[in-house]
Amino acid sequence: MSTISAPLTDSRIMLRRNLKHILRNPVTIFNGTLMPVVLMLLLVYVFGNAFNVGERYIEYATPGLILLAIAYGLSATAVSVSSDMTKGIINRFKVMNVSRGAVLTGHVVATMLGSSVAIAAIIGMAFALGFRSPATLLDWLGAIGIAAATAFATAWLTVGLGMAAKTPESAGLTVVPLLLLPFVSSAIVPAAKMGQGIRQFAEYQPFTPIIESLRGLLAGTPSGGYAAAALAWCAGIALVGYLWARATFSKRA
Amino acid sequence: MLDGIDLDVPAGTVFSLLGPNGAGKTTTVNVLTTLVKADGGTVRVAGHDLATEPREVRAVIGVTGQFAAVDDLLTGEENLRLMADLHHLRADEGKRVVTSLLERFDLAESAQKMAATYSGGMRRKLDLAMTLVTRPQIIFLDEPTAGLDPRSRRTMWDIVRELVAGGVTVFLTTQYLEEADQLADRIAVLDQGHLVAEGTPDELKRQVPGGHVRLRFSSVAALDAAARVLNGSTVDDTALTLQVPGDAGVKSVRALLDRLDEHSIDVEEFSVHKPDLDDVFLALTGNASTEAIAQ
Repeated sequence: MSTISAPLTDSRIMLRRNLKHILRNPVTIFNGTLMPVVLMLLLVYVFGNAFNVGERYIEYATPGLILLAIAYGLSATAVSVSSDMTKGIINRFKVMNVSRGAVLTGHVVATMLGSSVAIAAIIGMAFALGFRSPATLLDWLGAIGIAAATAFATAWLTVGLGMAAKTPESAGLTVVPLLLLPFVSSAIVPAAKMGQGIRQFAEYQPFTPIIESLRGLLAGTPSGGYAAAALAWCAGIALVGYLWARATFSKRA
Repeated sequence: MLDGIDLDVPAGTVFSLLGPNGAGKTTTVNVLTTLVKADGGTVRVAGHDLATEPREVRAVIGVTGQFAAVDDLLTGEENLRLMADLHHLRADEGKRVVTSLLERFDLAESAQKMAATYSGGMRRKLDLAMTLVTRPQIIFLDEPTAGLDPRSRRTMWDIVRELVAGGVTVFLTTQYLEEADQLADRIAVLDQGHLVAEGTPDELKRQVPGGHVRLRFSSVAALDAAARVLNGSTVDDTALTLQVPGDAGVKSVRALLDRLDEHSIDVEEFSVHKPDLDDVFLALTGNASTEAIAQ
């Protein structure tokens, strides 16, 4: 019964449970998928013409909106993790010899699946709004890879945030910084146009290399430096999130 | 928070830990079920040491906590299937177990409804059914009837009796003396992390003088007459009541009323007071339980 495949099996069972939760609580799908699309319409049609970004705004904004699509799905995950921890169900799993990581892995994979749907919606919308890209298949695969790494890293960080939160309500708020950070990066307007201080912050915060590497790939001009920085940030964030989530999980009864 | 607790629970029996809120009942259960590490002492559950063999302990226990640990967004059947899957039962075996538990707990009709729509009693039943999917040898029930209506409470008691008849060992915590009395082979009384008494329900109740019959009369004359006839009773002049200590069984109550009849004393009202948790605490610790003080 307790073979090497047990953690995998348990994670799959937990993932199925998390996906059922998402499907039965459609508000989370609305938040995670429709909000970024609405934001895209606002940015492209309402504000976009006022920004001078040196290219068509839809092409400039799409990489940043991919990141926002990932970020908007996170609060549902934090709430869901926190609900698990604050309701009795987690103790049930703990006294059942369920593989320790399975609960966490289930949340991370469910979040990444949600992110994929949101990213697909954003890219579909971008094309509908006139987005054109000279990117090759290889560039696209690279972009998908960077986006997946970002979703993976932020999902682990969010699981850590949800674990540490006292209540599901406060858990929803802990991800707000992750929602705001893209605005203080090169997602919406170039960092170079920001004021002193803010500009340096925008240039050095993790989301900027992620967005710039996506932007390069989608424009058909990939940049190895940005990609390396993006992946390094993702690895670091994922590791911190993973260790934190594991530690908090074992600590909380 | 727990101090010097020494318990020995024979297999196949019901052991009840009785105490008010905050006495340490849930903490004890959390320690015994591997959720919390004890900072000292040794505990063996089903022969396995808690500290060194938690996996072996978990394999043979089941826990149903104070707050129903069901997944609200899953249906009753899905909740049970989740347990069967996590216990790595084969698909057909899992299906069979789930179906039989739904039948046994009278949940078949609501099996396709989300647990969020269940009543309190149904949630507890589903919770216990989930615990039973893994066929535990030892079941921990942490206040299984707290907040339930009398009928659901009876149902829960019947279920516990069935489990014990099937050879399961039950560790039950409760605030209700009656519940411990109904179900337990042995009772331990816990107060502020200390054990204040342990024994069979009868041994315990013998130490508790709280049981009495209360009689109310229409006049002071009748009250005084009755007080003269019934030695050892306590008179309350303002309420015109008389408290007669006794076990409140049918025989002794009949004898009591017969005596009053012999002396032609009319009783206006009559009530039986069974010893409750507060009586136990008064008798065992000399203090009212912490809860009674809070009230």
